[in-house]
Amino acid sequence: MFESKSGIFFIAGIGFFLLAFLGNGVVPMIMYKDRHEQTAEEVVNKRVMAQFRDLAQRYPESFQNAFGEPTEEACAEALRLGRQLYVGEGCWHCHSQFVRPVSNESRRFGPVSKSEEYDNELQRPVLFGTRRVGPDLSREGGRRGNDWHAVHFHKPQVVSTDSPMPEYPWFFDGSPDKPNRRGIAVMTYIQWLGSWLKEYPYYEELAEVKGEQ
Amino acid sequence: MTRGASAHHRSDGPQAGDAGAPSHDDLVDEKIIVCYYVAALTFLTISMLAGLLVALQLVHWNPFKGTELLSPGRWRMIHTNAIAYGFLANAFLGTLHWAVPRLTFHKVFSKPLSWFIFGAWQVVVLSTAFGIVLGPTFQDQPWILALAKKWHLPMNLGAQGLEWGETPFWIDPVALVGLALVAVNFMVPIGKSKGPMYVSLWYFMAAFVWTFLTYAMGNLLPEYAVAGTSAGAIGGLFIHDLVGLFVTPLGWGLMYYFVPIILKKPIWSHGLSLVGFWGLAFFYPLQGIHHFLYTPIPMFLQYGAVISTIAVELVVATVVINFFGTLVGRGKEFFDNLPIRYFYTGMVFYFITCFQCALQVTFTFQKLIHFTDWVVGHAHLVMFGVFSLWLFGIMTYLFPRLLGRPWWSRSLCEYHYWLSAGGLFVMFLDLTLAGIFQGYYWSSLQPWDASTNGSQPFWITRVFAGLAMFAGLLCFLVNLWMTARGAEATDPLPARAAGTPTA
Repeated sequence: MFESKSGIFFIAGIGFFLLAFLGNGVVPMIMYKDRHEQTAEEVVNKRVMAQFRDLAQRYPESFQNAFGEPTEEACAEALRLGRQLYVGEGCWHCHSQFVRPVSNESRRFGPVSKSEEYDNELQRPVLFGTRRVGPDLSREGGRRGNDWHAVHFHKPQVVSTDSPMPEYPWFFDGSPDKPNRRGIAVMTYIQWLGSWLKEYPYYEELAEVKGEQ
Repeated sequence: MTRGASAHHRSDGPQAGDAGAPSHDDLVDEKIIVCYYVAALTFLTISMLAGLLVALQLVHWNPFKGTELLSPGRWRMIHTNAIAYGFLANAFLGTLHWAVPRLTFHKVFSKPLSWFIFGAWQVVVLSTAFGIVLGPTFQDQPWILALAKKWHLPMNLGAQGLEWGETPFWIDPVALVGLALVAVNFMVPIGKSKGPMYVSLWYFMAAFVWTFLTYAMGNLLPEYAVAGTSAGAIGGLFIHDLVGLFVTPLGWGLMYYFVPIILKKPIWSHGLSLVGFWGLAFFYPLQGIHHFLYTPIPMFLQYGAVISTIAVELVVATVVINFFGTLVGRGKEFFDNLPIRYFYTGMVFYFITCFQCALQVTFTFQKLIHFTDWVVGHAHLVMFGVFSLWLFGIMTYLFPRLLGRPWWSRSLCEYHYWLSAGGLFVMFLDLTLAGIFQGYYWSSLQPWDASTNGSQPFWITRVFAGLAMFAGLLCFLVNLWMTARGAEATDPLPARAAGTPTA
């Protein structure tokens, strides 16, 4: 059995693989099977809408060209495109999206990540991340203004002198005050991260951003 | 064992005792091996240049700042994917075309199929590269966004959001068909062979099954079937299995094949071979979740993954012991015989990797080193220090046989070894240290910049360590070019040092 073809093929090859898949993959799937997976439309909330409208006011011409009116539907579209760019540009290789309960991370970033935060289509595949060159982004929404993000994406070293982050001038039509559709989408996505939390945010006390208006 | 052993005697062509056995020329298609190796080395060169670009970005020396198609974020994925699918997969496939027919005494299933797979695989690798580099540029298409909205799927034209599963979704089906055909092409000769199989064939056979299943699981489920935490568990399983169930068994299978041939003596202990294989097969797949400790994945699964990881390190130790037991009495070969030196250096690195893994997988270590360069150092140690060195050793052994003449320059062979192994070891120590520093910068709540500024000395060292490894590759390529075109050798590598079996 241990040296025969059928033993290797069926026990080691298929059997042990399936055993591990059951234990490591199917068990969590079954545990979470009753959770509702939210769509991009369902995860649009007041806070991200406030940021979306803020983008429309700050960059009226660019926004008009890119998304027209700042409706919830347009916001969902921006979130989808933003997430696609976040993955495609490799952001997730330097920025994680989960706050661990150790190493003072909840003091630096915010509340420890919970499972239900990941039950939406924008976490397909889940963007936990494996490396932090830059900080965790799962509590980034609302921490900084859209103008900061625009300048930062265009040339990070302008606002964060020693940052090793690459530049993304292709999110803009020439200058940081002219974000294109990709730029607005990616900023909307970043401002969405963490906006679903009850306690939010720690950094700015703006009533509008808190979603209280 | 006997069949395997008799195959070993054939390592330098048909011998008197093998009357009636098919000749090497009937069994092995040498041309396809050369083609696979050329493809592998091409992608290795691209991958190392991509790694260099990212390393330069981190130390603020990127000469192509703001160039969309040379964005370090995209080329970081080229770096890892070109190593896994461009270099390792091609080099393994090429070597299997040598090892499997010689071990089984049967040709691969179909020669045209072999060439079809070769072509299809290059298409897969190149499309992956183009998809990753160009995908985000063309992502903003109404039709693809409409599909994403309709099906609630990611629909990334570029990379998918899973490490090593970045292969864009539109290539996945082709890659899967390719992997299935690879399995058929090599399983047929294995199936035709009679009697108990030699160790290498256990590993190969299992690897063909595992690679297909792993690729399907990782590229399809988190994309189409599950989201969130469950997808994280599967993602962890995928990145883990790709190393453990595709690269590792093929690598060890080839070690079990080449080491006894070159040393001309059997593996020390058949029992330990059994323990090593079955231990790997059982424990390795159980550990995927250890990549995501302290996540919202249920804690009991995290504990299970940690325990089975520590278990597999004991198993791995038996394999390493087995190979060093084989070397006992022939230790001089380590110094004189270049392929053997590559193999055993890789095994030392393998042991370090696994020992390190048994420590770093614990929750105590994870607090500090998760998300840091420690992990990057670990990844380089295993992918370059172990498997790439093994493949360099195999290529050093096979190229003179495939090309029919000795290596053009002995010193270039030596430079290749020392720059690769030395550069890698410096990079490993450097990144491991950097990881510890980064971990403490973060947990002590200093401003984020403290960690990136404090990493600069390490990152600069890493650039130069990487350049040394790249210089080693250039030595190899120059040597290969001069050997292939038949330049007159003033300082050839003697056959003895290129691994010709000794009595």
